[in-house]
Amino acid sequence: MSGAAEKIVPQNPSITPELVADHGLNAEEYQRLLDILGREPSMTELGIFSVMWSEHCSYKSSKFWLKKLPTEGPHVIQGPGENAGVVDLGDGQAAIFKMESHNHPSFIEPYQGAATGVGGIMRDVFTMGARPIANMNALRFGAPDHPKSRHLVSGVVAGIGDYGNCIGVPTVGGETNFDAGYNTNILVNAMCVGLADTDKIFYSAAKGVGHPVVYVGSKTGRDGIHGATMASAEFDDDSADKRPTVQVGDPFTEKLLVEACLELMREDAIIAIQDMGAAGLTSSSVEMADKGGVGISLDLDSVPQRESAMTAYEMMLSESQERMLIVLKPDAKDKAEAIFRKWGLDFAVIGETTGTGRLIVRHRGVIEVDIPVGELADSAPEYQRPYVLTEPPALLSPEEIPAPRRLSAALLTLIGSQHLCSRRWIWEQYDHMVMADTVQRPGGDAAVVRIHGTRKGLAITTDVTPRYCLADPEMGGRQAVAETWRNLTAVGATPLAITDCLNFGNPERPEIMGQFAGAIEGIAAACRALAYPVVSGNVSLYNETNGIAIPPTPAIGGIGLIPDIAQMMTLAFKAEGEVILLIGAERGHLGQSLYLDVHFGRRDGAPPPVDLEHERATGDFVRDCIRKGAVTSVHDCSDGGLYVAIAEMALAGNIGANLTLPEHHPAHAILFGEDQGRYVVTVTAGKADTLCAEAADLNLDIRVAGHTGGHELTLDGQDPISLQALKTAHDDWLPQYMSIR
Amino acid sequence: MKASVLVFPGSNCDRDVAISLEAATDRPPAMVWHGLTEVPESDLIVLPGGFSYGDYLRSGCMAAHSPIMRDVVKKAKAGTPVLGICNGFQMLTETGLLPGVLMRNASLKFICKDVTLKVERNDTIFTNRYGRGKLVTIPIAHADGNYFADDDTLAKLEDEDRVAFRYCAADGSTAPDANPNGSRNNIAGIYDATGKILGLMPHPERLADIELGGTDGNPLFSSLMEALH
Repeated sequence: MSGAAEKIVPQNPSITPELVADHGLNAEEYQRLLDILGREPSMTELGIFSVMWSEHCSYKSSKFWLKKLPTEGPHVIQGPGENAGVVDLGDGQAAIFKMESHNHPSFIEPYQGAATGVGGIMRDVFTMGARPIANMNALRFGAPDHPKSRHLVSGVVAGIGDYGNCIGVPTVGGETNFDAGYNTNILVNAMCVGLADTDKIFYSAAKGVGHPVVYVGSKTGRDGIHGATMASAEFDDDSADKRPTVQVGDPFTEKLLVEACLELMREDAIIAIQDMGAAGLTSSSVEMADKGGVGISLDLDSVPQRESAMTAYEMMLSESQERMLIVLKPDAKDKAEAIFRKWGLDFAVIGETTGTGRLIVRHRGVIEVDIPVGELADSAPEYQRPYVLTEPPALLSPEEIPAPRRLSAALLTLIGSQHLCSRRWIWEQYDHMVMADTVQRPGGDAAVVRIHGTRKGLAITTDVTPRYCLADPEMGGRQAVAETWRNLTAVGATPLAITDCLNFGNPERPEIMGQFAGAIEGIAAACRALAYPVVSGNVSLYNETNGIAIPPTPAIGGIGLIPDIAQMMTLAFKAEGEVILLIGAERGHLGQSLYLDVHFGRRDGAPPPVDLEHERATGDFVRDCIRKGAVTSVHDCSDGGLYVAIAEMALAGNIGANLTLPEHHPAHAILFGEDQGRYVVTVTAGKADTLCAEAADLNLDIRVAGHTGGHELTLDGQDPISLQALKTAHDDWLPQYMSIR
Repeated sequence: MKASVLVFPGSNCDRDVAISLEAATDRPPAMVWHGLTEVPESDLIVLPGGFSYGDYLRSGCMAAHSPIMRDVVKKAKAGTPVLGICNGFQMLTETGLLPGVLMRNASLKFICKDVTLKVERNDTIFTNRYGRGKLVTIPIAHADGNYFADDDTLAKLEDEDRVAFRYCAADGSTAPDANPNGSRNNIAGIYDATGKILGLMPHPERLADIELGGTDGNPLFSSLMEALH
């Protein structure tokens, strides 16, 4: 390759400071670019630096803090840094999982934004050799009375459903919040869990020179250009104009891509594989080359194209969906091509790995890009942004918070509120049973899918309580991790590891950076104390509009293992006449509780403290009880407190209960306090004493909280409320809300 | 019993139904790729659920025109039993092997949940292990399950006793409340005139294992084993 045509194209348009600023690069970053290249960039090169150094791709504001997270453990096969995290499940199998945000596109175009979020996270998982076996999602919408909320709920849920349903991977659960803090920045966090053989895990390092670089999947179009850049900026009133940056999903192609990739992975053909996600062809080729320590040359004329006359700039920055880049072993090309042709997918050799260490991109006979890979990938700026930690509010004592007129009426209001009502309207639109391994469906503490062909179960949950995080990010971070750990424990699983999806506002504001720093410290502390490392994750910053940021929302996705699904636990009351026990310390903490919010419109005080030693001791005890068959139902106490937890167990089992109230505390604090690290369990009548003695031996708090039976809930025999009334309130809120036009 | 499960691009319940068939018959079914032109000699052909060809154009429509389908129609007309589940039912109406059409659900939404079904007949190869009129719980998972046929066709189906399953309430009544998708006469599944072709929207393969919460789907597979072994 030589000759006159091999020159960098003349600059047209010329690179002006405005153009640089439009690409999200500041003056210092642009100078760094000039130093690396030793000349002005071409338009395509500017675009490539812009996306690679965007917050979304480079983690430039968060990298420093992310290093504080514990990422190692005896069962961790791969921690953060690859497409997804990998955890050993024993018997030669591994779980591969990650959670990722698709917030900015979902606000602009909820259906496609959410759908492509699901598609993207699934590609991250099957890229590594795993068959996706379960999807989850963590959603935050604005206040119910915000004019856009219904439209966004409807579009996001349909988008998630249509994508996962078509591919045939069950969407087994998740969580949904409604809060005014998300009015103009909704959060759509999608998680995927896959299953792989430990000796068939694929990585993204393109080691070796002269190997073919192969493009498979959909054709490249002009959609999603600048998606990564958009996701690295805040919104203003003109955000809707960004709709063309949203990608369009095609789950059918993704289904074909899953099958074709997994079929190819059974052959000895792949050196490295990477999906084309954010920043498309650019980030996939640069990351593979960088990790493999090689150069890469691409010929864009060979790229399958959906539209005519695309420029190099457009092709390198397109975020068209359902595409993968593979570095093949040289003798595997024919075999690979036959597989992709069989599945009706495009297959094109578009380049090769080289010994130059440079990314060289040719288009129509000219070199459009010539950048050193290592510096492009590794010299991204890294900021230690100034931060101001959030001052934690003072504790509220229960005496400062009024009692309701009637306790049962307060329960009814809570359970029929947008915060605690049934999410059935959402998950019935998701195929949660396909693959015929869903052994615990949505609605429980954690979803459980059977590991196909075995007796083992994989429990999955996502959690965070944004109002706690807003009041005290450090405690909120702890609580989010602890709650996932608790939910996995409640179904009988041994928690293994987490993925984190960290959603925050503009990191250039010190108070937002302080929220981020606090949350990281909290997450790290909880992970260490619970031996529950972070193996993958994603950071989404700039979730703010016109200077108003979302509440800090570090969503945590946790997975755990149940050795035999015969030992799996559910929250439904199983029989009348059983004893209800409350395990864990009871303090009546009402600060930042839903009771305070829903009944008094107050969000004050400190969130409930999370004592990690107590958390672990209590959870380990409950898990032992489940494994021994000593308990008949288990539910953790979370939003809404003990009364709500018992009501949920009663509704699930269609069996009522009489609750026993201790004398030394105000009843409303006992019933609605959100003290952490607590579980409600039931035991058959004769077994309560033994269990209480065992707990006491371990210095754990335990007390009789009531007895099951009847068709209503009563408090020491008083203040009855029927299950039917609770069920109606619980079931009806969401369908009624969504039926209003 | 030798069964063949067809696999179209976008099928996603092929593995699930193969597991149920193998459990009932002690032998794995043949998995037959859509691009072939002939189904191997089989006692039963199964068209599985999923989103064949992405459900583009219309659910089941493109599958009905795929190369393998000509042979399925030929063999079905010659008497080979055919079971179409969900997307497979949609293919059967698209090929004309069964009458009527499956429209978008009345709610316009995808619905995944357990439903109660009434087994209308127990004298067919698909239902001989069920009690007549028995109520069973089987899940649905579809966006296009709203069965429609014109009045004459519907009258003919009813007169000839060709309704296989009907959506009903816990007490067996076929009230509108118990109809999840708007299907006429609460129809969940129908037979052809010979009783050898069954199309149904619910997924019996999803509740054929006690670990999944129920086994009401099992008798359908054991009925076939009984009749066709």
